[in-house]
Amino acid sequence: MPPVIEVRNLHKRYDDKIAVDDVSLTVQEGEIFGILGPNGAGKTTTVECVEGLRTPDRGEIRVLGLDPLRDRAELTRALGVQLQAGHLPERLQVAEALELYSSFYPEPADWRALLDDLGLAAKARTRYAKLSGGQKQRLSIALALVGNPRVAILDELTTGLDPQARRDTWDLIEGVRSRGVTIVLVTHFMEEAERLCDRLALIDAGRVVMVDTPAGLTERARVGQRIQFRPSRPMDDRLLASLPGVSGVTRRGDLVIVNGDDDALNAVTTVLARNRIVAERLRVEQASLEDAFVHLTGKRLEPGSC
Amino acid sequence: MSALRTTAPPVTAGRGSATWRLVKAESTLCVRDKVAPLWGIGFPLVLLVVLGSVPDLRQPVETGGGLTYFDLYVPVLILFNLAILATASVPTTLAGYRENGVLRRMRTTPVGPARVLAAQLVANLAIAVVAMVLFLAVARLGFGVDLPGHPLGFALAWLLAAAALLAIGLLITALAPGRGPATAIGTVLFFPMMFFAGLWVPISQMPPLLRSIAHYTPLGAGMGAFQDAYLGHFPSAVPLLTLAAYAVVCAFAAVRWFRWE
Repeated sequence: MPPVIEVRNLHKRYDDKIAVDDVSLTVQEGEIFGILGPNGAGKTTTVECVEGLRTPDRGEIRVLGLDPLRDRAELTRALGVQLQAGHLPERLQVAEALELYSSFYPEPADWRALLDDLGLAAKARTRYAKLSGGQKQRLSIALALVGNPRVAILDELTTGLDPQARRDTWDLIEGVRSRGVTIVLVTHFMEEAERLCDRLALIDAGRVVMVDTPAGLTERARVGQRIQFRPSRPMDDRLLASLPGVSGVTRRGDLVIVNGDDDALNAVTTVLARNRIVAERLRVEQASLEDAFVHLTGKRLEPGSC
Repeated sequence: MSALRTTAPPVTAGRGSATWRLVKAESTLCVRDKVAPLWGIGFPLVLLVVLGSVPDLRQPVETGGGLTYFDLYVPVLILFNLAILATASVPTTLAGYRENGVLRRMRTTPVGPARVLAAQLVANLAIAVVAMVLFLAVARLGFGVDLPGHPLGFALAWLLAAAALLAIGLLITALAPGRGPATAIGTVLFFPMMFFAGLWVPISQMPPLLRSIAHYTPLGAGMGAFQDAYLGHFPSAVPLLTLAAYAVVCAFAAVRWFRWE
């Protein structure tokens, strides 16, 4: 089956800044594909080229076999887009906006039900300018879905939503995917990417660092797991450091911290048992996608948060 | 997920329905915006009633072919309405749409942003028709001012004037970098345009130099054509061609320089 979205060697520069520097990726039918990276990495420029809002300097893009610039009429009917900064007239009411947008598409979704799904029913008669940031965000998700698209590109899906609304939106997106809609999700939230995405492209400085499943990315980053415990009696760190699978042993206060891959835990507990050391307050942490990201790019995704 | 399982029956399939809904939405927004109804209709209407109540204005204007000062104010106020729509309503709204990403959002839909522009123009045109009919009716029924002696000529002159002014409105939108500048340019243009329409001094009483300038301004030309139609003639070629030239040149320039983002 041909990929739903195919981007090959995409380049795009603005006056003095290279925004996208050779991005290639493919999105398969029915998957949720995440594009993850820090601010200014070129995520939005990439999807805007895919949407046909920007003209690439070089490279080739196909969406459902269509050229985003040449085949606009056909593409816009099948592609739902949520823009990071795309607004509505200030005095347009929520229900009016959905009704209007649904009239743009040949086979629209039922906008009234969409209004309920996104928790906007109570705001149906509220003007756009009077909505809160989270409500505007939910409306823009609704507008991206109102045309019953085959592909939806959602840029910063849950930015500005509170935790509950964020989880509700994730449920909604999973529901949309279960109908066979292919979804591209631009995000800088690790939790969102881990929860929703089948595959992820890590983008940094205009380049694709890696494409894999969330678990695969974590594994490939080889950050593995972190084992932390307080030994019941003094012990020599070298006992653990030489074990297979263990990459490092450090101390913090009376705690021993062992970094290693998936085999490390077994090896450590075996050695401790053999030496009659009890691991008190034992904690094992899986490395998160965040750790993987830091490891792969040397950058943090969300400075100051998480 | 009920919304996405059940596809709503196509409203009334076809592109006509989207265009019509856009026109309806833009008209609603124009009315909610208040500039057009308040300054485009309400204010000139009040002016019409006030001026109609001043006995001195019922004197015939010299070289006015028998028309009184008040008679001349009726077409002036019709032009006032068009000028407000063209310099305040259209540019502010459309430049605002561009600034806020409304047009950009529309680019991702099958309908595209050009039809939003068209819908906005149609909405303003509809408001202008309402104003024109209302002003003529109030002047006729309230103050006994005769309707234009050459209705067809009047209608043609009005259509050309509306086209010229809406094109100017579009050109302001195209050239202004944002909503603020668009409003400013519109305001600055409004007063000289209205001056040359004869809002303060009838064109026929202007000094010769100003009078000749007036004939080649959009509203001065509109006034010339209206005056002919009021006196029962088909408007002469010069004002009609002047209006048509403004419409074509401004529309062309607007299309040439328009930016969607």
